[in-house]
Amino acid sequence: MTLMERTKARDIRFADSERQLRDLLVKGMGGDAPAYHGFLKALSAHLRAYFRKRLFQRPDDVEDLVQETLLAVHTQRHTYQADQPLTAWVHAIARYKLVDLLRARKSSEALTEPLDDELEVFAASDTDAADARRDLDKLLAELPEHHRLPIMHIKLEGLSVAEAAQRTGMSESAIKVGVHRGLKALAARIRGTL
Amino acid sequence: MKTDELISLLAADPAPEPNTVTRRFTAALAFGIAGAFLLMLSTHGVRTDLAQATGEAMFWGKLIFAASLAFAALIATQRLGHPGVHLGGVRLALAAPVLVLWLVAILVLLVATPEQRSHLLLGDTWSTCALSIAMISVPPFLAMLWALRGLAPTQLALAGASSGLLAGSLSTMMYALHCPESGAPFIALWYVLGIAIPTLAGAMLGPRVLRW
Repeated sequence: MTLMERTKARDIRFADSERQLRDLLVKGMGGDAPAYHGFLKALSAHLRAYFRKRLFQRPDDVEDLVQETLLAVHTQRHTYQADQPLTAWVHAIARYKLVDLLRARKSSEALTEPLDDELEVFAASDTDAADARRDLDKLLAELPEHHRLPIMHIKLEGLSVAEAAQRTGMSESAIKVGVHRGLKALAARIRGTL
Repeated sequence: MKTDELISLLAADPAPEPNTVTRRFTAALAFGIAGAFLLMLSTHGVRTDLAQATGEAMFWGKLIFAASLAFAALIATQRLGHPGVHLGGVRLALAAPVLVLWLVAILVLLVATPEQRSHLLLGDTWSTCALSIAMISVPPFLAMLWALRGLAPTQLALAGASSGLLAGSLSTMMYALHCPESGAPFIALWYVLGIAIPTLAGAMLGPRVLRW
C-alpha cells in the first residue's frame, strides 16, 4: 500500500469509529445504559491500543491509565459538546492523562509516538486487557459508606438500580446519586495515587 | 478491579449531571464583577469628576479597551475548559485590543513634543496603577478559577493565564472608574502591566489548582 492509500484507509476507519462511538455516547447521555456500556467498551479498546503504543517502556501502566481515562471521560462527559468531533475531545483527555502520568513518574523517556494527532486515538483497537496494577477495589474500600454501598451493590452483585434500591431500602434516585457521587470521589482518589 | 467491571459500574450511571457550565460562569462573573467593584469602591473610590469625565473620549476608550479584552478572555476561558476545543480566532480577538491601544499610544507619542512625552507615559499615578489593578483583580480571579474547576481544562497553564487575563480586564474596567489618567501611552503601559500581573499569576497557579 502506498502512503496515500494507507492514510485513506485510516481515515475511513476513523470516520466509522467516530460515527459509531458518538452515536452510542449521545444515546448513553440520554439515559440509555446499554448504549453507554457499548460506548465505554469500544472506547476502552481504543484507549488501550493508544496507550500501549505510547507507553512502550511502561506496559504495567497501560491498564491503570485506561481505567483512569475511562473514569475521567465519565465524570467530565458534561464537557462534551455535541457539535464537536468526539475524537478531539477523547484525544485531549487521553493525552492529558498520559502527560500527567509521565510527569508524575518524572519520566525522562522520550515519547517516540507523536501526541498531537487527534485522529490517532481511534486509529487502533485492543481488547486484550492486562490486569491493572492499581487496584480500584482498594480505593473503593476507602470511600465513605454512603458513596461505597451503592457502588458495591451495582458492581459486585450486578444488581440493577431498581434491585439495589429494593435491597437497601434506599430510593432509586438515592442509589443513582450515590453511584454518581461515589464515582466522582473515586476519580478524585486516583489522582492521589499517581 | 478489572476494566470490564469498571465499565459495567460506569454504565450504571449513564446520564450526566445537567450542564451547569453557563450557570457557573454567570455566577462567577457576577461575583467577580461585584467583588472587584466593591473592592475598588472601598480602597480607591470613584473619581470625583466622574460626571465631567463621561464627556471625555479617553474615559470611554479605557472602558472599551478593557471590556473587549474581557469579552475575548471569557470566550477563551470557556473554550479552554472543554477538552479538544481550540482557541482558533479567539487569539486574534485577544491580541487586537492591546495592539490597537499600542498603536494609538505610539501615534500620540510621535506627535507629542519631547517635554510632553514623559508625562504622557508616567502621568501622576504611575507608581500605583498596575498594582491597584492587580489587587482589584483578586475576587474575579478566584471566581474564574472556581468556574474553570467545574470544567476539564487540559492545558492548565494556558487556562490559568486566560482566567487571570479575564480577571485583570474586569478589574481594569472598575479601576477606570477611579483612575484620572487620560493619556493613551499611560494606559498602554501601566494598564497592560496591571493586567499582565494576574495573567502571569494564572499561568503559574493553573497547573497546581486546575488539575483534575
